[in-house]
Amino acid sequence: MTAVDLPRNHLATRRSSLDLVLRARELGIVLALAALVAVTTISNPRFLSGQSIRDILLGTAILAVLAVGQAVVVITRNIDLSVGSVLGLSAFTVGTLLRDHPGLPVIGALLIGAAVGGVCGAVNGVLVRYGNVPALVVTLGTLYVVRGITYFWAGGQQINADELPGGFLDFGNATLLGIPYLVLIALLVLVITGVVLRSYRVGRELYAMGSSPQAARLAGISVGRRTIGAFGVSGALAGLAGVLFAARFGTIDAAAGTGYELNVVAAVVVGGVAVFGGSGSVWGAALGALLLTTIGSSLAVLEINQFWQQAIVGGLILLAIGADRLVAARVAATLKKRGSHVH
Amino acid sequence: MSTDRLGRFANWNVAIIAVTVVVLIVAAATVDNFGTAQNFGFLILDLLPIALVALPMTLVIVTGEIDLSVASTLGLSSAVMGYLWNQNQPIETIIPLCLLLGAVLGAINGFFVTVLGLPSLAVTIGTLALYRGLAFVVLGDGAVADFPALYTDWVTGNIGGTSIPNVLIIIVVLAAVFGVVLHATPVGRAVFAIGTSEQAARFAGVRPGRVKFWLYVVSGLVSGLAGVLWTLRYSSARADNGAGLELAVVAAVLLGGVSIFGGKGALPGVIAGVVLLASLQNALRLSDVSNEALNVVTGVLLIVSVLAPNLANAVRSSLQRRRHRPEPL
Repeated sequence: MTAVDLPRNHLATRRSSLDLVLRARELGIVLALAALVAVTTISNPRFLSGQSIRDILLGTAILAVLAVGQAVVVITRNIDLSVGSVLGLSAFTVGTLLRDHPGLPVIGALLIGAAVGGVCGAVNGVLVRYGNVPALVVTLGTLYVVRGITYFWAGGQQINADELPGGFLDFGNATLLGIPYLVLIALLVLVITGVVLRSYRVGRELYAMGSSPQAARLAGISVGRRTIGAFGVSGALAGLAGVLFAARFGTIDAAAGTGYELNVVAAVVVGGVAVFGGSGSVWGAALGALLLTTIGSSLAVLEINQFWQQAIVGGLILLAIGADRLVAARVAATLKKRGSHVH
Repeated sequence: MSTDRLGRFANWNVAIIAVTVVVLIVAAATVDNFGTAQNFGFLILDLLPIALVALPMTLVIVTGEIDLSVASTLGLSSAVMGYLWNQNQPIETIIPLCLLLGAVLGAINGFFVTVLGLPSLAVTIGTLALYRGLAFVVLGDGAVADFPALYTDWVTGNIGGTSIPNVLIIIVVLAAVFGVVLHATPVGRAVFAIGTSEQAARFAGVRPGRVKFWLYVVSGLVSGLAGVLWTLRYSSARADNGAGLELAVVAAVLLGGVSIFGGKGALPGVIAGVVLLASLQNALRLSDVSNEALNVVTGVLLIVSVLAPNLANAVRSSLQRRRHRPEPL
C-alpha cells in the first residue's frame, strides 16, 4: 500500500514496481517467521505442538488488536504510547464489573472495554488536536496518568480467576471450528480496519494526512476530526485488547499491560508502517505482532535467557526503521528517474 | 515580533521560577518535615538524576530532537557497574568504564539520528527497549550491593560539617558548564540556530549533524554518570534502576519553558522546572501519597507544561484578531 495513490492509467508500471518494493517487507517478515519456526522446531519439535501454536495465536491476537490501532495512528503521522496503560485500565474495569455483576454477557464486557478505551483515546486526540501538542508528549503523559489512575483505583488488590464468572473465562479458551474466539475477534478487527483503510474515503484521508498534513487540509480533509477519530480507534482497540487480556489470563492487577507500548510500536514499525506516516498497512502490523510473539515463544523453547526479549524488540525497531529509510531512498530515486520520462 | 516573543519567553521563565518559589514556601509551611535540613539533603539526592540528565536533554530538545533512551542508558550503566563489581574489578576502573559506556550508547543514538537521518523519536524508543533489555541480560533481575563505603558515603554525605550534600557540587558545576555553553558560546548559538531552522543554520556554516551527534554522546555520558551516582546512592546496582525517569526529565525540561518544537529555551528555567517537579514529588511523598499517584502528577505536569503556552498563545491571538477585526455588518 503506498502513501500516494498514483493515477492508475499511465503509471501502472510505476505502481507495480513500488508495490514490489513495499511487498518485499511483508515477504521478508514471512520468510523470517518461516526461518525462525524451522530452526526452533529442529532444535525442539515440541514447538509445533497444538498447545504451543495455540499460545502463540492467543498472544498474537492481543498484540495484533493493539498493533492495528497503533497503525491507524502512526499512518496519520502520530504515535500513541498510552496503549499499554489503556489496556490495563480497561482490563481492570471489566474485571471489577464482572466480579460484581457476574450476569454481564461477554459482548457487554467487550463493548464496555472498548468504550473505556475509546474515551481515553478521544482525550488523547483532543489534546493533540486542540492543544497543538505533539502526540509523543501527550501520550507519554497519559501513559503515566492512566496507569496511575488504575493503581489508585486498584489500591493493591487484584482480581483472581475464581472471582470471574465461568462464562467469561470459557470465552477466553473456547474455540469455533478449532479457532479460538480471541483470534477470530482479532481477525475481524484486522479485516474491517484493513478494508476501511484500503478502500474507503476515510481510510485514504488518513494516508493523505500522514503524507502531508498541509496538503490534506488544502484538499478539504477535516484533519482535526480525523486525528481525534484515529486516536479514538486506537484507544477503543486498546480497550478491547484489555478485555481479551482479562479473558485469556483471568488474573488482573493494576500492572496489566505495563510496557506493552514498546512491543506494539515494534510490531507496527517492523510490519512496515513508516513512522513518518502515510504508508504501511494493518496487515503488515499484524504480521509484525505474529513475528514478535513467535520470537518470545521460541526463546522459551530454545532455552535462551528470557531477558533477551526486550533487547531483541529494541534491535528490531532500529533494524526496521533503518530498512524503511533505505527503501524510501530507493523508491524516491526510482520515482525521480521515471518522473523525468513522464514530464 | 521578535521582542514580543522574547518578552513572552522571559515571562515563562520568570513565571516558572515564581511558581517554584511559591511551591517551596507553601510546602515548607504546610507539609511536616519538608523544611528540615535532613529533607533538604533527600530533596537534592532525589533531584540529582533528573537534574543531571535534564542538562544535555535541554540542548537536545532545543535542536528539535529528543532522547528517550536516557533512563535505559542509566539502567545499563548501573547494571554493568554491578556486573564488573561482581567480577572483582576495582571501582576506580569501573566508574570510567561506565562513563565511557554511556558515551558509546549516546554515540549509537547519534549515529542513527545524524548519519542515517532517522527520526530521533523512533530511534530512541528503539534504544530505550534495547539498552534496558541489555541491562537485564547483563545483570538479570538480581541486585548487586556492598559497594565501597568511601564512595557511597561521599554520595549520600554532606560537605564537611554543613547540611549541604556533596552531590550538589556536581549539579552546580555541570549546570554552570551547560549554561555557559548554551548561552555564551558559538556552540550554544549553533544549537539554537539548528532548532530554529536547520537549513538556515547549514547556510550559516553550522554543521547540524556534527553538533547533534556530539549532543547525543554528551547525553549518553551524563546518563552513564547518573547511573553510577544512582548505584552509589542506594548502594544497589539493578537492571531496572531509573525505569521511567525519561518522563520526569522531559517533563522538567518542558516545564522549564523549552519548546518541544526546538529553537527556544533557557537553562535557568529548566533548573526551576527540575526543582519544581522534585519538590512537588518530595512534598507529596511526605504527605503519604503513593509512587503510582506521583506518576499521575508528573504526567499531568508534562501535559500542562506543553499545553499552557500553546493555549495562552491561542487566547492571545484570538483576542488580537478580535481587536483588529472590523465590526460585523
